[in-house]
Amino acid sequence: MSRKNISGIVQQRGPQQTLMRSLLFITLGIFCLYYLAPLIVMIATSLKSLEEIRTGSLISLPQDVTFDAWGKAWSTACVGVRCDGLKPFFWNSVAMVVPAVMISTILGALNGYALTKWRFPGADIIFALVLFGAFIPFQVILLPMARTLGVLGLAGTIPGLVLVHIIYGLAFTTLFFRNFFIGVSDGIVQAAQIDGAGFFGIFFRIVLPMSLPAIVVTVIWQFTQIWNDFLFGIAFTVGDSNPLTVALNNVVNTSTGVKEYNVDMAAAIIAALPTLAVYVIAGAYFVRGLSAGAVKG
Amino acid sequence: MSDIQLEKVKKNFGATEVIKGIDLAIDPGEFVVLVGPSGCGKSTLLNLIAGLETITDGNIYIGGKRVNDTPPRDRDIAMVFQSYALYPTKTVRNNITFGMVSRNIPKAEQDAAVAEISTLLQIEPLLSRKPGQLSGGQRQRVAMGRALVRKPDVFLFDEPLSNLDAKLRIEMRTEIKKLHQRLAKTIVYVTHDQIEAMTLASRIAVMDNGHIRQFADPATIYEDPVDLFVAGFMGSPPMNMLPGKIRANGAQYVVSTGDPDEEALAFPLPAPLAQRVSAMEGRDVILGLRPEALFAAGTELPGEYRFIFERPVSVVEPTGPDTMILFHHTGQDIVARVRPEDAQPEGTLFSFEADMEKAKLFDAKTTLRI
Repeated sequence: MSRKNISGIVQQRGPQQTLMRSLLFITLGIFCLYYLAPLIVMIATSLKSLEEIRTGSLISLPQDVTFDAWGKAWSTACVGVRCDGLKPFFWNSVAMVVPAVMISTILGALNGYALTKWRFPGADIIFALVLFGAFIPFQVILLPMARTLGVLGLAGTIPGLVLVHIIYGLAFTTLFFRNFFIGVSDGIVQAAQIDGAGFFGIFFRIVLPMSLPAIVVTVIWQFTQIWNDFLFGIAFTVGDSNPLTVALNNVVNTSTGVKEYNVDMAAAIIAALPTLAVYVIAGAYFVRGLSAGAVKG
Repeated sequence: MSDIQLEKVKKNFGATEVIKGIDLAIDPGEFVVLVGPSGCGKSTLLNLIAGLETITDGNIYIGGKRVNDTPPRDRDIAMVFQSYALYPTKTVRNNITFGMVSRNIPKAEQDAAVAEISTLLQIEPLLSRKPGQLSGGQRQRVAMGRALVRKPDVFLFDEPLSNLDAKLRIEMRTEIKKLHQRLAKTIVYVTHDQIEAMTLASRIAVMDNGHIRQFADPATIYEDPVDLFVAGFMGSPPMNMLPGKIRANGAQYVVSTGDPDEEALAFPLPAPLAQRVSAMEGRDVILGLRPEALFAAGTELPGEYRFIFERPVSVVEPTGPDTMILFHHTGQDIVARVRPEDAQPEGTLFSFEADMEKAKLFDAKTTLRI
């Protein structure tokens, strides 16, 4: 639980070490800049007016900061023939990602719990098969899934897309939780059994509260995967039920009129913000969860 | 109070037979310790009694009721685990009450029970803490509190003290013993520590390889072991085992020990033993002498069957109250327990005295006691 303090470790000192250290940090600084450059350009461009983009250079900072492009991207940009901006599609994505992440995480936790703490004959084979699901390429399941959704009457709808993401995500969520629960002492489950709790009682009252770190990792993973998914979105939804990623593509690829780089950049950032938010918020919980739940035995 | 009866209990894991047909009758209120080396099946046997493992063959009765197919929650048992197995996200209070919450016991009753148990175990100040904030000894108390609070008929302990440091272990050992005296409930306790077994048990079951070798009170296990295994397992330092042959020496019978290249020692056998071996001349036997039956010559009150011999000291190991003196014989180090003031440095010729009345004799082939 206590973090090892490593700042006290004795290190060599001298002009040569100082030089090497400076070189190291200069190199690291260059790499930072290299990776941050696209983001900086995107933000800068989204804050410029079209006029300024045409006259200025790509990497110059905006002279007159304006949020017009953001407003346009959010509520008036044309997506295909509809000109309501990204707003409706943003809420489509939210309506897709929230149930998909929640259900796949809960089911993954239940799977992992059953596979490790209620061992049954063939558990390892079932886990291997579930794990295999994580390696199936997206393209392979497009046609069978389209057929399945058609039969279920869910073709072209958001619930249909939710179902696809839950099924596809189960392999990963099961893997995460199984690997977490394998490290949880069996004694805890046995103690709870003697205390009179059943399968679901132990799951919801003992095991799930313990697995906060695994939940956070799984939520981050699933949220990022599902929010950023493009292929399933474009394959299984139509027009108004498109998720944000598909709409973003439609905004950027509109072939009529002038190319509005500032709107494109703003739209791309809007599409990326929720995943960023999940990293920041859940990441903090992740660290807290690690130190609070890391109780052996 | 309940008794526990095991009837030809067997347990297989796949093709491996772990428990090989055990019969055991535990009286109500008895403190039985299952002891044995790791892998002997003692924890598995406890899990079978708890219902955490399904029995392969045979019957288990708790309080006269056959419980083969009864799940753990309905067996009226409580268990303390080696890893404590506290619920890490729950406070100490909720850890203790979880079993009552699962059984829908009214809140007022729960509070009364928690108050009683926390006073008994002196854990009141800890009730609102989480297990992660407790020391090893405190966790141990909480684990016991969780077991005690429901007042079941049978308590099962699975090596509860093995994660504690030496000092705390001795303290908790005494507390468990006091607890048993106060509550007088049936206890089955698993340990690999033979001292724990000796100090706690009203009866000890020594297990080896899925069998119970001997089931008796501690004094009998120590003084009257049925075979080499039990004799060697109980006692620290362990009993010295000297291979030798029975020889007639005039009217006396002796066990002659020693490798061909060393001077043999002829340990005279006391009358009761001599009678039993009278027809066994030339038989290969193993002479068992506990370290306390070997001491510095002339330092104990004289007795009838004493044997004095000299050997050079090879190692001296002071333990405080006693000093262990090792000498080389029959290809092994033989341990003698002497008073610290009688110890001599390594290399000196030392005069040992063996109390042959305490000697045990085992058949070298069958390993059974003669």
